[in-house]
Amino acid sequence: MSKIYIQTKRNFIVLTISDLKQTVPDSAKHKINWSRIEEADDFAKTVKLFRQGKYDEDSFRRYRLQHGAYGTRMTGDYAMVRIKLPAGEIYPDQIEKISQLSEQYSIGSAHFSTRENIQLHWVILEDVSEIFRGLSEVGLTSREACGNSVRNVMCSPLSGVCPAEEFDSTPYALATARFFLRNPMSQNLPRKFKFNFTCCEKHGMVRMVDVGLIPQIRDIDGTSQRGFKIFLGGGLGNRSFVGHQLEDFTPEEDLLYTSIAVMRIFDRLGDRKNLARNRMRYLVNDMGWDKFQNLVFKERAVVRATQSVITQLEVDKTPNVIKRPIKISNEDGGETIPDGYARWLKTNTVKQTQEDYRSVFLTLEAGDITASQLHGLSDIIRNFSSEGMARSGFEQNLALRYVHEDDLPRLYSKLIKIGLAKSGALTMTAPIGCSGTTSCNLALTNSHRLAKEIQRKFLELKLDEDEDLGDSSIKISGCPNSCAQHGIATLGFFGGGGRVGKDMYANYQMSIGGRSDGDTMLGQTILRVPAKRIITVILKVIEIFKANKKSGDTLKSWIHRVVNGNEDSEIKSIADIKKILEPIVIPPTIEEDPDFYLDYGSDTSYHTKTGKGECAA
Amino acid sequence: MCCLTDSGKITTDVDTLRSEIRDKSVRVIDVRREGDYKQDHIPTAVNLPLANLLSDDSPERVLKLVNSMGIDDETPVVVYDDTFGALASRVAWTLEYLGHSDVTLLETTYSHWKSLGLENDSAIPEVQIREHSMKLHPEILATSDYLEHAKTRDDVILIDNRERLNFLEQHIPGAISLPYRTLASNDKILRSKEDMKRLLDNRGITGDSEIITYCGSVGTLSGLAYYALKSAGLPNAKLYVRSFKEWKTLEKPTEKQEDANYWDLSAE
Repeated sequence: MSKIYIQTKRNFIVLTISDLKQTVPDSAKHKINWSRIEEADDFAKTVKLFRQGKYDEDSFRRYRLQHGAYGTRMTGDYAMVRIKLPAGEIYPDQIEKISQLSEQYSIGSAHFSTRENIQLHWVILEDVSEIFRGLSEVGLTSREACGNSVRNVMCSPLSGVCPAEEFDSTPYALATARFFLRNPMSQNLPRKFKFNFTCCEKHGMVRMVDVGLIPQIRDIDGTSQRGFKIFLGGGLGNRSFVGHQLEDFTPEEDLLYTSIAVMRIFDRLGDRKNLARNRMRYLVNDMGWDKFQNLVFKERAVVRATQSVITQLEVDKTPNVIKRPIKISNEDGGETIPDGYARWLKTNTVKQTQEDYRSVFLTLEAGDITASQLHGLSDIIRNFSSEGMARSGFEQNLALRYVHEDDLPRLYSKLIKIGLAKSGALTMTAPIGCSGTTSCNLALTNSHRLAKEIQRKFLELKLDEDEDLGDSSIKISGCPNSCAQHGIATLGFFGGGGRVGKDMYANYQMSIGGRSDGDTMLGQTILRVPAKRIITVILKVIEIFKANKKSGDTLKSWIHRVVNGNEDSEIKSIADIKKILEPIVIPPTIEEDPDFYLDYGSDTSYHTKTGKGECAA
Repeated sequence: MCCLTDSGKITTDVDTLRSEIRDKSVRVIDVRREGDYKQDHIPTAVNLPLANLLSDDSPERVLKLVNSMGIDDETPVVVYDDTFGALASRVAWTLEYLGHSDVTLLETTYSHWKSLGLENDSAIPEVQIREHSMKLHPEILATSDYLEHAKTRDDVILIDNRERLNFLEQHIPGAISLPYRTLASNDKILRSKEDMKRLLDNRGITGDSEIITYCGSVGTLSGLAYYALKSAGLPNAKLYVRSFKEWKTLEKPTEKQEDANYWDLSAE
């Protein structure tokens, strides 16, 4: 029996080979501790004071949101804890902890959001501090995940592996998150403030956020210099705007100065009164881009001149260790590849710029995952990802990167065992659905369940295998406030109420042609579609497209021509599509079809009912 | 060391149990199914599957079972299961109700015991029948009638130990939700005393109150909670042993969280 020496922090441990078989590969550990344990005690104390009436409602709400605990639909007894994953990075021990916390304090499931957060819903307010305590054991925080602060700093899940990127922006995203977390200047902004870093034009959302950044390399006299294309003043919401590019090239040394300058302008001039229009995009729009742009240049000069030279981002450029996990021998010898592998491989994985490696996206249902799936996943990450962690994405999903091509069939069979091997993650059959009436005070419809219903139906119809639909997206918000980012969807929906006489039904405004890539544009509204007609309507749109498409068209490219008036088939405009869809959306009477008047997931008659939102609290 | 609390010992740690087994000074009860028990179990353990106990848990029958397991008033008893301590708790509570004062829970589950590489065998011990007395402790039992009256009092706290979604969907009016998963720590069936006290204190579950626990049907999850409370130094606990199943059958009032589709957030 051969012996193997493993160095731990303090000493050497001698293991025999037979011991080793039972161990999982060395687990990668998080590099940055985002947490502060004292915030758990402070939160517990503050909740007690609030319950005793020693803390007024408004101050408490601000405090609660600052710490990442959001209100819950129709009740003051529960909160949603939004755990930040800066740059989307999540390590196996962190996933295990979240699995445990979801069982102890939440509903036994957790939710991946569109902004690289993991949310625990229906948490008793008095238990929130216990979650903070658990998170601090694994270096995570929910601090400044809500409220008027710098929200989670996002980075493309493909940063570092994307064939089209010029360099990996992950270290810059992490450094930005570190700089602004708990920074006094980001504690009381007029409203929330969001940074998105990306890898390339295609994979990010840089024009739909306060500050969006694409990495770029410029050659100056033979030396190459790192920098960014920076976009400012975009954002989705009740009114959405596309961001503007600040300048051709912002060198990396100017990244922090630019960020500070923009935040200072927003802090000084942003609207603190009118809650409905106090995001920075309104300021940019009211002032006009040229004026705002000039102001940024001036402010940046001031910041550059007045900040100490020490004020630099601490960008950790040490590359992550890429080490293919030890294969556990004789376990999978001669195993056949399970059915569905080819379909999954095609719709859930992408080739990396690194030879022999792929990134694997998991298909979740509207971002939801059970505690036991999380538990299983942590081992799978240890055994399959050569970087030893996972990255959450922009689309309520999660990616395992650096999976060796040879390990993919084995990974697929492991994922089947924990129910995470569904296909379609990177296609239109993985719709985004915000939390809707499952937990949100503002929601008018159950957008969350609708997204799941569409996914189930479309996977059953194998629409994920249809390459014409591959680059399209479906995004569904439960109210006009765009949490599901419906404005940039190929087919977008936001919820409201419809009425026949005194009978109400869930009704969605549909928009088409939205996109968030280099040709970013907002979807154009087409018509209102009752919840129970949405699947039929989408299938009809696909049918119209199939009948009129040209060779090489995808649904996305075809719709892009239609909304821009460049289509020359029978369908020349949105109005032509609308005409075909109109008969489908005519409401039946309640006697003819009682089910029509029930929202998804509900067996009682539909009414619009909302509480107070907290986005602007 | 054992978890010594104000009201005595609640759990027995692994090392203590091993030495008690060596000294032959303890009766160990394995409450898993017979088939599992027969395969292997902690040495010297006798088998009392929970289902067997529940088929008739009248004091007279329980007395017979206890006698047949060789337990008299003085015999220290340690109970274990492989279901995070919930089944073991229900059995321990039943013994306590009968009047047995020295019963504790193994601090961990049988799976964990085995994963530590600790001894186990398949030998079925020979048991000498003993005589146990019957001094019932009605003060640790809550019936539906008792509960209905008690919950109108200010100094009574009612705790629901089912999972959160079940609680939201339907619960006894006035109950607070403390899912059974909250009670354990990583490999122990109960958190440390300090952790438990902090959790309960945050929730306003404190020493002065009478506390009644209930769960879905037979008082297992809430049995574990009963011991969790005692481990935190809250002795004034009662188990509503027939739990929510009986409450619903009796068509007593229930409450639900209205106007939200929380089930649709579950990925189950």
